[in-house]
Amino acid sequence: MAALVRFDRITKRFGDFTAVDGLTLDIFDHEFFALLGPSGCGKTTLLRLLAGFETPDDGHVLLAGQDLAGIPPYRRPVNMMFQSYALFPHMTVFGNVAFGLRQDKLPKDEIAARVDEMLALVQLRSLAARRPDQLSGGQRQRVALARSLAKRPKVLLLDEPLAALDRKLREETRFELKELQRRLGTTFVIVTHDQDEAMTVADRIAVMSNGKLAQVGAPVDVYERPASRWVAGFVGDVNLIEGRVTAVYPSFVMVEREGLRLRVAHAPVAPGPIAVALRPEKIRLLHAVPDGSFENGAAGTVTDIGYLGTVSHYKVRLDDGLVLKAAAMNEQPPARTIRVNDRVWLSWTPEAGVLLTE
Amino acid sequence: MKNAQRRHWTTRAAILVPYAWLVVFFLAPFLIVLKISVSQTAIAQPPYVPVFDLAAGWEGVREFFTGLTLDNYATVFTDSLYVWSYWKSLQVAAISTAILLAVGYPVAYALARSPRRWQGVLVLLVVLPFWTSFLIRVYAWMNILQHDGLLNQALMALRIVDAPISWLATDYAVYIGIVYSYFPFMVLPLYAALEKMDETLLEAAADLGAPPWRTFLGVTVPLSLPGIVAGALLCFIPIMGEFVIPDLLGSSSTSMIGQILWLEFFGNRDWPVASALAVVLLALLVTPILIYRQRETRQLERR
Repeated sequence: MAALVRFDRITKRFGDFTAVDGLTLDIFDHEFFALLGPSGCGKTTLLRLLAGFETPDDGHVLLAGQDLAGIPPYRRPVNMMFQSYALFPHMTVFGNVAFGLRQDKLPKDEIAARVDEMLALVQLRSLAARRPDQLSGGQRQRVALARSLAKRPKVLLLDEPLAALDRKLREETRFELKELQRRLGTTFVIVTHDQDEAMTVADRIAVMSNGKLAQVGAPVDVYERPASRWVAGFVGDVNLIEGRVTAVYPSFVMVEREGLRLRVAHAPVAPGPIAVALRPEKIRLLHAVPDGSFENGAAGTVTDIGYLGTVSHYKVRLDDGLVLKAAAMNEQPPARTIRVNDRVWLSWTPEAGVLLTE
Repeated sequence: MKNAQRRHWTTRAAILVPYAWLVVFFLAPFLIVLKISVSQTAIAQPPYVPVFDLAAGWEGVREFFTGLTLDNYATVFTDSLYVWSYWKSLQVAAISTAILLAVGYPVAYALARSPRRWQGVLVLLVVLPFWTSFLIRVYAWMNILQHDGLLNQALMALRIVDAPISWLATDYAVYIGIVYSYFPFMVLPLYAALEKMDETLLEAAADLGAPPWRTFLGVTVPLSLPGIVAGALLCFIPIMGEFVIPDLLGSSSTSMIGQILWLEFFGNRDWPVASALAVVLLALLVTPILIYRQRETRQLERR
């Protein structure tokens, strides 16, 4: 399948700062694609390159096979929803949504019909005559969304679209956004620094760091099989255990570290230094500490507990000093839960760990 | 309780200051001018009657009110010289304001879009002429515009004209002088309005398919409208009553109402007619502002 959007060896510099560094990326039709990374990683620059607000210093941006070089923003069949919404304060909700359609010189009744359709889509029909300063934050966000969708763009670009909403509304809106994308079938490219947001809405995620792609894949891939220590650390919570490969078998690998032996289900790798990524929720905590030493298990003392209602996060200091994070659902009545300073036994399966060389 | 009362008093005093200012320096002088405008000329000190005489008691008050007349207003509205001067002033003020807007807008736009660290210096440069007296600057223009002045020398050196052009004592000179003098008053409010405009709005317009000129007309201009109105009022009102520039740079045919006013006060010593002229001028200027204000309030109410 040919890519709808192709970033082909794109480089963009701002003075001495390289925002995007020789990056190549394909985004496909009907996809909900997320650009995820910390601030300054180049994700917004990538979006602005596609919208036409920046020109690449090197490389090409292609849309449906066509090179966009030299095409100004107002002739590109993509629309953007801005982080600040950028609603025109001197126009009504109707005027804002109609603005793009008026540029295309559509007949008046067609514009009215399309605006009505868009406002119905975001459930704002009753507020068409209001001005942006008479709307709540959530309503403004929906006007911005309706406005950017009104011209039926080939690609909708969303720059941190939910960042200005409070938490509860943000979480609800994620699902609405996903549902909307499914219904319309439009390709959505979202920029976010919030991994929960990216994981919830996106079909595929590109994790960016320092202007480069750290990993591209479905949320499950990025979370369960991170490509590097950095990705494992950025997406979700993780224990990174640095050790050495001591034995290699066809279907698993033994990694050792002082006082700790890990069996990791993995294809053969070369012996030497390596990291094992272990997600906290994949570590089980038990009150009973067995005698002796085992693979994929260790004894330690609970030093800290973060109670979040549905789950609790535990910090456990192993006897050799290493601190591991573990998370467990609070299924037990509180009286029987683990407390600080308890001796506990941590264990995990060979499938829980991921080997990371990078 | 006592504390609240004291704060109440200080708040009141704070509000009182601007009102007191307006009463002393605007309302009182205006009432005096209004009174003189319904008086009659007299060869006396002051040069008009009636004068309010408290010593004469009740009879004095009656005499005072029977002595008032609207004749001066009749003169102002029927004498073609006055009507023509009002018309001329309106014309000069309107054309000058239009030129100022056309020249000032691009300058203000460039200022607002220039790099942040330069803006302070650039705004300072716009205001810099204020450090020289206004009168001296107008005299300097006389020098530049005179027959063998800098402008004619430059035009001839560039071979644009063969013989010197008479600039002084023409409407051109008046317009040049006015546009030059009022330039900062137009640029500063425009700059203030353009500077605070969110640039992502321009990106949003472009993103939605508006080419630069449509973005300008559809977004930039409407959003800078408060600046346009402020700049236009700041220029139009004082230009209407302008005296120095047409007197020094213009000809006798450019007699604006400010000059006529001066002539009536100091030349003819006809204070009542001069006052009537001033009151009519004020009415002419206040009416459009009131209309604008009312429209704005209505817009606010509609929200």
